[in-house]
Amino acid sequence: MNAPATPKFAAYLCSGCGIGDKLDVPTLEKIAQKEGKMAVVKSHPFLCNAEGVQMIKDDIANDGVTHLCIAACSRRAKAEAFGFPEAAVSRANLREGVIWVVAEGSEHDEVRQEMAEDYVRMGCAEVKKMKVPGGNVKEASSKRILVVGGGMSGMTAALAAAEAGYEVALVEKSGALGGFASNLWKRVPFAAPYKDAQPTGAAELAARVSANPKIKVHLNSTVTETAGAPGRFAVKIAQLSGQTAGSVAEELCGSIVQATGFTTYDIAKLPELGGGQANVVDQAGLEALAKAADGGPIKRADGKEVKSVVFVQCAGQRDTTGQHLPYCSGHCCATSIKQATYFKDRNPDIDTVVMYQDLRVPGMGEDFYRSAQDKGVVFTKGKASKVTGGDGCKVDFKDLILNEDASISADLVVLATGQVPNAGVNLDEWTATVTAAESGDEAAKLKKGELQKISVLNLDYRQGPDMPQFKYGFADSHFICFPYETRRTGIYAAGPTRRPMDMLQATEDATGAALKAIQAVENVEKGRAAHPRAWDLSFPSARLEGCTQCKRCTVECPFGAIDEDEKRFPKFNEERCRRCGTCMGACPVRVISFENYSCDTVGMQIKAVNIPDEFEEKPRILILACENDAYPALDMAGIQRLSYSAFVRAIPVRCLGSVNTIWITDALNSGYDGVMMMGCKKGDDYQCHFVKGSEMAFYRMSKIDDTLKQLGLETERVQTLEVAITDNARVVKLINEYVDQIKEIGLSPMKGFG
Amino acid sequence: MTTANQTAIAKYKNSFLREVEANVEEGHWVRMCMQCGVCAGSCPLGNAWAHPPQELFMMIRAGKREEVLASDSMWMCTSCYNCIVRCPRKLPITHIMHGLANYAHRLGLAPKGQPTRETATLFWNNLIKKGRVNELTFSLALYFKDGFVQGIKNALNMQAVGLGLVKAKRLNPMEILGGHAVKDQAGFKAMIAKARELEDRKKGFAK
Repeated sequence: MNAPATPKFAAYLCSGCGIGDKLDVPTLEKIAQKEGKMAVVKSHPFLCNAEGVQMIKDDIANDGVTHLCIAACSRRAKAEAFGFPEAAVSRANLREGVIWVVAEGSEHDEVRQEMAEDYVRMGCAEVKKMKVPGGNVKEASSKRILVVGGGMSGMTAALAAAEAGYEVALVEKSGALGGFASNLWKRVPFAAPYKDAQPTGAAELAARVSANPKIKVHLNSTVTETAGAPGRFAVKIAQLSGQTAGSVAEELCGSIVQATGFTTYDIAKLPELGGGQANVVDQAGLEALAKAADGGPIKRADGKEVKSVVFVQCAGQRDTTGQHLPYCSGHCCATSIKQATYFKDRNPDIDTVVMYQDLRVPGMGEDFYRSAQDKGVVFTKGKASKVTGGDGCKVDFKDLILNEDASISADLVVLATGQVPNAGVNLDEWTATVTAAESGDEAAKLKKGELQKISVLNLDYRQGPDMPQFKYGFADSHFICFPYETRRTGIYAAGPTRRPMDMLQATEDATGAALKAIQAVENVEKGRAAHPRAWDLSFPSARLEGCTQCKRCTVECPFGAIDEDEKRFPKFNEERCRRCGTCMGACPVRVISFENYSCDTVGMQIKAVNIPDEFEEKPRILILACENDAYPALDMAGIQRLSYSAFVRAIPVRCLGSVNTIWITDALNSGYDGVMMMGCKKGDDYQCHFVKGSEMAFYRMSKIDDTLKQLGLETERVQTLEVAITDNARVVKLINEYVDQIKEIGLSPMKGFG
Repeated sequence: MTTANQTAIAKYKNSFLREVEANVEEGHWVRMCMQCGVCAGSCPLGNAWAHPPQELFMMIRAGKREEVLASDSMWMCTSCYNCIVRCPRKLPITHIMHGLANYAHRLGLAPKGQPTRETATLFWNNLIKKGRVNELTFSLALYFKDGFVQGIKNALNMQAVGLGLVKAKRLNPMEILGGHAVKDQAGFKAMIAKARELEDRKKGFAK
């Protein structure tokens, strides 16, 4: 944006919602003017109404105001009324942050007013350092969407994108579309009345994909290189002709859906359950027999018609010994039910037994389960201990209801093995290596990086060729809030490569991923960030003359956004950036900043707070709260009128990962008595919106004890906490307990030096 | 009696489930059990059962014919209907329990001396004579079912209750001579015979 050459600062104070009753607004105005150095200071009894907003708009249009500090409610409230895209805006939180949380009564008037004055000072200090964000520098913008994988998920994603009007390139490794679904005789019912297996529809879907003029299908092809960023991915697609690599096509794409599906857990790894023996097959093997029968009686490999069959559920899954998959693949109970009905629908006299530990039939599967029971499929709650193959198979098991050992004989045994993602890496090695690395094996940590060099997308990123995966190969994503977002911006995982799932879930997943892919190309076009800061036009930049080439930013960025240029300086790919600021928190020389969020915008707020001398016995505690979870929890505490100490000063941060240790040092040097950092849950089941941000913050703060000792301060003066968005009551308790703790330790000896 | 049992064994070979479905009242519901165990947890007499309904259903599916039919579990049911009310699969569990008990009884496999079975047999034999229950002879039959001496003891124990009932005209001592009957005794017996014939045909006991 073309910001005017001379900035003009203005503060607008609202006295509505009880602010005017509880606070001395004229004094706040004076503070904004004298200490905040605001050129224009106005107050209004109802700032967010049309008249109040018009007053601000007029000042921007007629009076040349470019920077606003709005002292009213929380930045999470009235975002539309106080959204002025042409101006830099800071918000001083006088409502949720002061009058709603400071205890009632005139004895608290003084501390309440002091808190409000500090927030006004902070708002003015922040906006002084802000610039109006200009949006990404656009290098190229392709709206084409690349779909990798031509199975149910891939075909569904390609059609969804094409039917929404986007060009699609679909890459499929094999010679035909259809994927795993095309090997199935029928699929689990997905439409009412959910009673009988239904046709897969894979061939029809493949025909629709092939006939769609917006979809270009590359068969027998793999992706050999993906370079660039959202909006400008340069993708090399190699066509294999026989054994030799054939032609290489290049596609320019805006975003990518990886739907590479799954393979079944190798039955050969289950010798104790008869894996490898005659007449013991996995579910895929049974589908092959059913396809070969083509509606006739299902026969074994030796040609004998099957008169009795046992399905062993959780074969090599939900394993607690560490030998097999520990997880549940979610689809296999319904799949075995479906396969049992292959037999029962044709001949009700065939004995079909499904041996389960816990029958899990998500969605409308319960109706299908009931229908199969009605058809005479017998369900036995038991755990198979040994399967013997051969002409007459035998399953030894423990009956979990009658609590006794028993056995059943059958003509055929079907093992319900789990789903293993087609992730690129060799999963046997990968899982073992990650397990070793988790227990601290340094060699395994290095090997992890080596293993990840085999990839589906072959990304040309400094951080490696693949999107980060979990221990069992599924793509890392924020499972609850943004499941499709992988840790590579603009690349979305869909279907069983993301988590184990059935066909219906995979098609829904694919539609979701296609929509995310569309959102990504549109956001790039508008110069905006990807989820979860999709409105954000700011992007990070580095003052390279100060850079020491330490590489921390390139390593710690959770999304692989930063490459290195030929002089080994960080090279930002703005389109890959999610604006969390983890790079800014990482930088030891503080050269990385956003236009509206930087070491200075926060640092100046910290310094703007008026620190009373130690004889006043009023501690000052800084709260750096994640704006996604902890800050809303603080706001919510206010909305519920839960009161906490008026000695705290809260500053929202984009992610705890963006907290630069200089802020902590500055705060302690200026005489703050304590610092509370509040971020999201870290670890395997993380809640951090930026995946690794809060983990990084905890790691960095684990090293801050040295700094504290250098300053001669107690280690308790810095606290790092996990706070969830629902922790409104807990956060109040945490604050009040910490204030008591600080009073016990005593006030900081650093006061008066700042 | 044993012939009926042998016939059933021969007819259903390995599939006790099918035998139950065909011959036990409401037996076709057994396949719909999903083994949640709510019936077992809801039964107020659950502790007295060797096998709660959930286990009985599993045993039926596992083909444990002798164990199920010789079990005294289903004889413990007091028809409180808690299980029926709570079963998420809507199985008429109470009725199935009575159906199983009746089937075992008719095959001659039900446990000998099981009190519920004995009482029910005495009740039926008493009722079938004249179409009315003779409370006096029924009580005496119950008292003396375990022998003459035990019968005298039981009768003396209940003496006060008996006299009280006589005084309150709730018990007529003259009933000892044969007691009252339905109006058309021949018709009543023909009706019972027909009902039995129908049931025998339905449940595989027809001669």
